[in-house]
Amino acid sequence: MAAELETHDYDVLIVGAGGAGLRAAIAAREAGLRTAIICKSLFGKAHTVMAEGGIAASMGNVNSHDSWQVHFRDTMRGGKFLNSWRMAELHAKEAPDRVWELETYGALFDRTPDGRISQRNFGGHEYPRLAHVGDRTGLELIRTMQQKIVSLQQDDQRESGDPEARLKVFAEVTITDLLQDETGTIAGAFGYFRESGRFVRFNAPAVVLATGGIGKSFKVTSNSWEYTGDGHALALRAGSTLVNMEFIQFHPTGMVWPPSVKGILVTESVRGDGGVLKNSEGKRFMFDYVPDVFRGQYAQTEEEGDRWYTDPDNNKRPPELLPRDEVARAINSEVKAGRGSPHGGVFLDIASRRSPEEILKKLPSMHHQFKELADVDITQEAMEVGPTCHYVMGGVEVDPDTAAAARVPGLFAAGEVSGGMHGSNRLGGNSLSDLLVFGARAGAGAAAYVRGLGDARPIVPQSALDEAATTALAPFEEEGGENPYTLHQEMQQTMNDLVGIIRKAEEIEAALTKLEELKERAKHLTVEGHRQFNPGWHLALDLRNMLAVSECVARAALLRQESRGGHTRDDYPKMDASWRGRNLICSTEGDGIRVEEQPMPPMRGDLLDLFQRDELAKYLTPEELAAVGATGGATEATDGSGS
Amino acid sequence: MSYDAKFRVWRGDASGGELVDYTVEVNDGEVVLDIIHRLQATQSGDLAVRWNCKAGKCGSCSAEVNGIPRLMCMTRMSTFTETETVTVTPMRAFPVIRDLVTDVSFNYEKARQIPAFAPPEGVARGEYRMQQVDVERSQEFRKCIECFLCQNTCHVVRDHEENKEAFAGPRFLIRAAELDMHPLDARDDRADFARDEQGIGMCNITKCCTEVCPEHIRITDNGIIPMKERVVGKRYDPLVWLGNKIGRRKP
Ligand SMILES: Cc1cc2nc3c(=O)[nH]c(=O)nc-3n(C[C@H](O)[C@H](O)[C@H](O)COP(=O)(O)OP(=O)(O)OC[C@H]3O[C@@H](n4cnc5c(N)ncnc54)[C@H](O)[C@@H]3O)c2cc1C
Ligand code: SF4
Ligand code: SF4
Ligand code: FES
Repeated sequence: MAAELETHDYDVLIVGAGGAGLRAAIAAREAGLRTAIICKSLFGKAHTVMAEGGIAASMGNVNSHDSWQVHFRDTMRGGKFLNSWRMAELHAKEAPDRVWELETYGALFDRTPDGRISQRNFGGHEYPRLAHVGDRTGLELIRTMQQKIVSLQQDDQRESGDPEARLKVFAEVTITDLLQDETGTIAGAFGYFRESGRFVRFNAPAVVLATGGIGKSFKVTSNSWEYTGDGHALALRAGSTLVNMEFIQFHPTGMVWPPSVKGILVTESVRGDGGVLKNSEGKRFMFDYVPDVFRGQYAQTEEEGDRWYTDPDNNKRPPELLPRDEVARAINSEVKAGRGSPHGGVFLDIASRRSPEEILKKLPSMHHQFKELADVDITQEAMEVGPTCHYVMGGVEVDPDTAAAARVPGLFAAGEVSGGMHGSNRLGGNSLSDLLVFGARAGAGAAAYVRGLGDARPIVPQSALDEAATTALAPFEEEGGENPYTLHQEMQQTMNDLVGIIRKAEEIEAALTKLEELKERAKHLTVEGHRQFNPGWHLALDLRNMLAVSECVARAALLRQESRGGHTRDDYPKMDASWRGRNLICSTEGDGIRVEEQPMPPMRGDLLDLFQRDELAKYLTPEELAAVGATGGATEATDGSGS
Repeated sequence: MSYDAKFRVWRGDASGGELVDYTVEVNDGEVVLDIIHRLQATQSGDLAVRWNCKAGKCGSCSAEVNGIPRLMCMTRMSTFTETETVTVTPMRAFPVIRDLVTDVSFNYEKARQIPAFAPPEGVARGEYRMQQVDVERSQEFRKCIECFLCQNTCHVVRDHEENKEAFAGPRFLIRAAELDMHPLDARDDRADFARDEQGIGMCNITKCCTEVCPEHIRITDNGIIPMKERVVGKRYDPLVWLGNKIGRRKP
């Protein structure tokens, strides 16, 4: 088998062709290294394509009060102070440059009247901050970088006659294992071509994981089939660690009907552009759900909230624009209290608030989506919406500056697969900017690492290759085993019901028992047919990743006895400052997952100074606050913008 | 509400294949892709199909439904009667890999031939200024999700393998148009390229491409025809061309 194994040699291997992967590839190639991009789908189809609302960057084009400091503060608030503050700082500082750079690649964002990039309001962002292209921002991002890659290939074509001399895309290839030398240092990756089922080996001293999220472990999700947590699981199996896995973002507004589209996203821009949430009694219920930490920052009456859209400097924003975790929980409560819509959601109404022309101009793809999929004209009637699993805050534990993964030399991670940046809850628009900022950093980090190695290249033992091949073929060997589709459905149902938006100890324990059972059953899967483009086989291989990731989520969720951001415990409903400074770190142990606490490094004084003392008091323990007292914590906000 | 529908799905690979009959459950509100997935999960685990977003945003699930090129995820079952047999076949203009999956590499090759966006000289990052009305023309083409349905439909290549070398297809003619209309693109030879390298002359404006575009891009009216005019104008009437260029309000 080994003799016929197709092999490629590169300096840097990027696993994933979404925003993070493409930006990393551009950085690595521009650093002069031979770079390969690998993706499960066709080039240009990665999940990033689905992002709608926009990309957050404090360019200050619409409101000049904006600055990186304000963006940083919003990000930390959104994440309930559990974010890696260094990542949040780098992100806020570098996002504008990364967005402007896209224009030099040919991107065409919507414009302000004076010709700059237009920016829109979004939940949790103090100022209009999201650069956007209608409601198809992710498509613009992907296409722009895809075209930049083509442009780099054209440069190589001119120089060497070979467009793929230094940058090649391997589309429809799935990586199933990372390859390491005897010390655990990264040496490459192993996978298969979806088209033929043939195996392929990539030798490379640096691998950047940019594989996106884990939503396919849940039944109701806005995520596509690609989101099987491959990168998370690859990192775990290679000996690296995952952080923050208990924090899953349930987006408040997914479609709830018809059943076949349940979970598909309804962009937050609907609310940013004036849409409001109502229950079956016609009440704008969000005013009843403003939590203490945000009181004072949101409007208390409908009139004030409505005035904010046109006069944001003198009014507070409506509570429909609270961070996502708050809105999702509120919807959940309304439905539980029997005030839901006919199909178990609530109403999202823009029809009664904006003219049809305006709606069509600002939200064309939402109009299209509801018209085509639900037969609802959103310029005339309210939409029915409910929470859907959308984003995983948790991911590979990385060094903020270089994106190097913990414990495994040569491994890097960026984008949704990495953890830390968003803390316990991500603000809308902060993912696309995260992809660019840390994608670029990961590409540069990997390049610097490879340069530092000189000519040394780690060697993979043959046994590792044989094992990777045997594992991948196992589902063909077994007869009369389980159907992978059935197992997948059971797992999704379990995660949805027992480790979903509201959690409690008994239910999480029940989920863990079920996951153990599924893990056993997953050892005996059977797939029909042969290796050529066989979705049953692909799913069988993805299952072990989803199971590992689900176990991380459940174990971390059980351990964290508080409610914060994307982790809500019915049995510990309050946020607990003593939990804030603690990260939960997942690693593998035997064929299971081990979770342990790890203290977070204290925030730098100049960053603490960006917050008012009484706001810090909402998040920090008295001891932490006392320690701050000596050095920082402003008595007034430092930029005059107030709340 | 559910019923059993009759489906015929093309199964096979490069060496040949056939239409296979299935009877499969259909529920309220479902689309063709849901039914294909149900076949995978219950009757035929190895049925090959591409998809990603299931929301008409990624352009992966292109196929022909009852002979009409469509996105399977945006084709609602309610558009068929309960007794009708729904036939699903792969896109015809591209070589079959397996079942509903085709080899669309032709499109990626064509994409690589188009000279990339040329940034304006002397304009720093962050200093790009463009008016909304000016970017909107190119933005229409940038809505393209690369489903390649237009490429599959265009009769210049649909049953004429021999034309693929010379003709880039509607998707890439509008890519050229998009760059031509980009307010800050520094190249001025986009129309020449469309004529000399992309074979825009082979298009005889049947508008079939526009009809199948799921993004409702007016491929022919707003993209190909203006480019054709520019080609002609530029060749025969330099003044018209100059007028066009000035009309684009480059800063
Ligand atoms: C509907 C929707 C709307 C959103 N809107 C916004 C928004 O408006 N603003 C915002 O900031 N964020 C938004 N998000 C979130 C954001 O889009 C994602 O978090 C982000 O795109 C993830 O990008 P990525 O580069 O990390 O991964 P992706 O774009 O998902 O790319 C992952 C890549 O990894 C590849 N891959 C995965 N596993 C393997 C493997 N085993 N082998 C080989 N390749 C592999 C995939 O093929 C793919 O190319 C939205 C998300 C959704 C679902
Ligand atoms: S209008 Fe031109 S490009 Fe479009 S289908 Fe007809 S011939 Fe092809
Ligand atoms: S122009 Fe329309 S039909 Fe053609 S590839 Fe793009 S989206 Fe598809
Ligand atoms: S699955 Fe994305 S367009 Fe159909």
